[in-house]
Amino acid sequence: MTVDTILKNSAILPGNLPTHYLRVNREQWLQTAADMRKENATLLSLWGADDRDRDGGFRIFAAYLLPRVVLVVEYFLTDTVAPSYSSIASFFPVAARMQRAVHDLLGISTEAPDTRGWLRHGGWPETTFPLRKDFDGDQQYPVAAAPYSFVSVEGDGVHEIAVGPVHAGTIEPGHFRFSVVGEKVLRLEERLGYTHKGVAKLFEKTLQRDGHRLAARLSGDSAVAFSWAYCVSLESITGTVCPNRALWLRALALEQERIANHLGDLGALGNDAGFAFSLTQFSKLKEDLLRVNATAFGARYLMDYVVPGGVALDLTTEARGALLTFYDALEPSVIRMHSIFEEHAGVQDRFREAGRLEKETAEQLGAIGLVARASGIACDLRAHPCSKPYDALTPKISIQTEGDVAARAQIRFEEVLESLRLCRKILADIAAGAVHATVPVAKENQIGIGLIEGWRGPVMIALETGPDESIRRCHAHDPSWQNWPLLEYAILGNIVPDFPLINKSFNLSYSGQDG
Amino acid sequence: MWNTLARILQTGLLTESPPAPDDSASIHDTMQSDLRKILGRALCIRHVDAGSCNGCELEIVALNNPYYNIEGAGIKFVASPRHADMLLVTGPVSVNMEEALRRTYDAMPDPKWVVSVGDCGACGGVFGKSYASRGGVADVLPVNASVCGCPPSPTAILSTILNTVRPLDEKGKK
Repeated sequence: MTVDTILKNSAILPGNLPTHYLRVNREQWLQTAADMRKENATLLSLWGADDRDRDGGFRIFAAYLLPRVVLVVEYFLTDTVAPSYSSIASFFPVAARMQRAVHDLLGISTEAPDTRGWLRHGGWPETTFPLRKDFDGDQQYPVAAAPYSFVSVEGDGVHEIAVGPVHAGTIEPGHFRFSVVGEKVLRLEERLGYTHKGVAKLFEKTLQRDGHRLAARLSGDSAVAFSWAYCVSLESITGTVCPNRALWLRALALEQERIANHLGDLGALGNDAGFAFSLTQFSKLKEDLLRVNATAFGARYLMDYVVPGGVALDLTTEARGALLTFYDALEPSVIRMHSIFEEHAGVQDRFREAGRLEKETAEQLGAIGLVARASGIACDLRAHPCSKPYDALTPKISIQTEGDVAARAQIRFEEVLESLRLCRKILADIAAGAVHATVPVAKENQIGIGLIEGWRGPVMIALETGPDESIRRCHAHDPSWQNWPLLEYAILGNIVPDFPLINKSFNLSYSGQDG
Repeated sequence: MWNTLARILQTGLLTESPPAPDDSASIHDTMQSDLRKILGRALCIRHVDAGSCNGCELEIVALNNPYYNIEGAGIKFVASPRHADMLLVTGPVSVNMEEALRRTYDAMPDPKWVVSVGDCGACGGVFGKSYASRGGVADVLPVNASVCGCPPSPTAILSTILNTVRPLDEKGKK
């Protein structure tokens, strides 16, 4: 089927971007995936739900991003004894890990050969599925760790290096298994899931009005993006109109979050190339930003700033002044640091050609967000014509074609400067008015999709309401799901000592992926 | 090169005084000599993320920025638990990280301190106890002190680290 036919046959779903909803059978599930691949759609997320208590079966969902619309495909599984569906990993390789996660949480399987646990490391019994409705979620089990078989590389002089889950620095936990000859990496296999905290199950014990707090804490560095995505999904379901001023303040907070993370990454990237000066400089600039956040938004990290119906705090005149003063100081510093990076032979030598992700690979594997833009793929939800309030701000998308560490650093430099422009424009043009609207209690069994371009890429919330202000199901998706597998490709042929640098240039979320 | 040097000169020295602990007016002048008296050397900290959302990590990393300059005060984050005096733990302890956390603790030489960072480390925070989370750090390891906050500020983290070390000035290490 062509996209037009698919969309004609589909229903409309509440969401901040135009969202279509298609119910399919077993064959159509696979056929739709094939059609979406042909249309060069991006797989946004894949998740499941246990609806046996309501209508006697399980559901599996896939969300695809087409150039103008989002398509959510739903397949209803009536077999409750051995529920299964067809793997779409041959069309969208990034689906493989999501499908393994769906099995760990719901016990719905595919025919895919890789049946290793992804989120389940032996912390709960193999026959227990935490997201099933008949599981209460509070039960604790002793860990019965089972061995995890990594794919081994054989040959003369090949050996393995095992790293993690506890890493050498102050970063999140995960395991990397390198197969190397000398210093050269032949293969990298990631094992994630260490920070799985059962967020999806917790949502089902959370009231609709409190869900944004949990969403913000899925990945602390993307708190604004996730809480906004949650709030907009709830607002879409309830038909709440978020006041214009609140929307603009959300965008201001999101751009502050983007700048903060990019500054931190640029400092760390220089440092990983042996240029400690850059860490000192950028960590100073980031600290300046966090202190302005504390003045302007009431907190250094904006965990609870975006709330259903608007934002928690209006921006005062003093706060506006503090932000503008900060921007005036930040801009020349970033421009100067950029030229220092450009002129530094040592930094350029380490950055260029390192961890290259070709456009073709990135497209085939379904890269999204910053990583995709550094490999020449133009994608940024902020540029979508329906993306409010960005439609009034006309953000410029940064694109690089080289796909190496230098390209991912360059994207960050450009995006910091572009975000600065957006922030100034927001402060210049923001309308007066309320910053909060009342959100009514949602009707039950409604699904809403929230999609926000966070600093890493699009974060998605799929919210389904229950009775009495409860949440029936809430699926939160971090773009790191898509980009983690790409890191395994980007490292190929590079040397082990370049891994920290290449990894940093991706800077993916562990917690956001693990849920 | 000139550009870099000019930038360094222009930035100047930014390091601020560390926070005063609850019971003393100023620790700034005495912190280094206290650390030397108590430990005989610098304070070495091993950080473990036991399931955090990454918010607390960002504030711990901020302690190394030029404003707090924690390394300049003789406090160092180390890569191996074998080198550490203090274990700084963030996050609720996820079931999947429980063993790694215990092993890190066991790998540290005695005597040792454990400080939990953030609301999650203190009590599990928004994640609480569940099939996937053991709750706070104290549910898994003996904890000497906790810093609350979501995330706590670098000043709050530094203040608790100093307070944890300080009382032993009189008593000696346990």
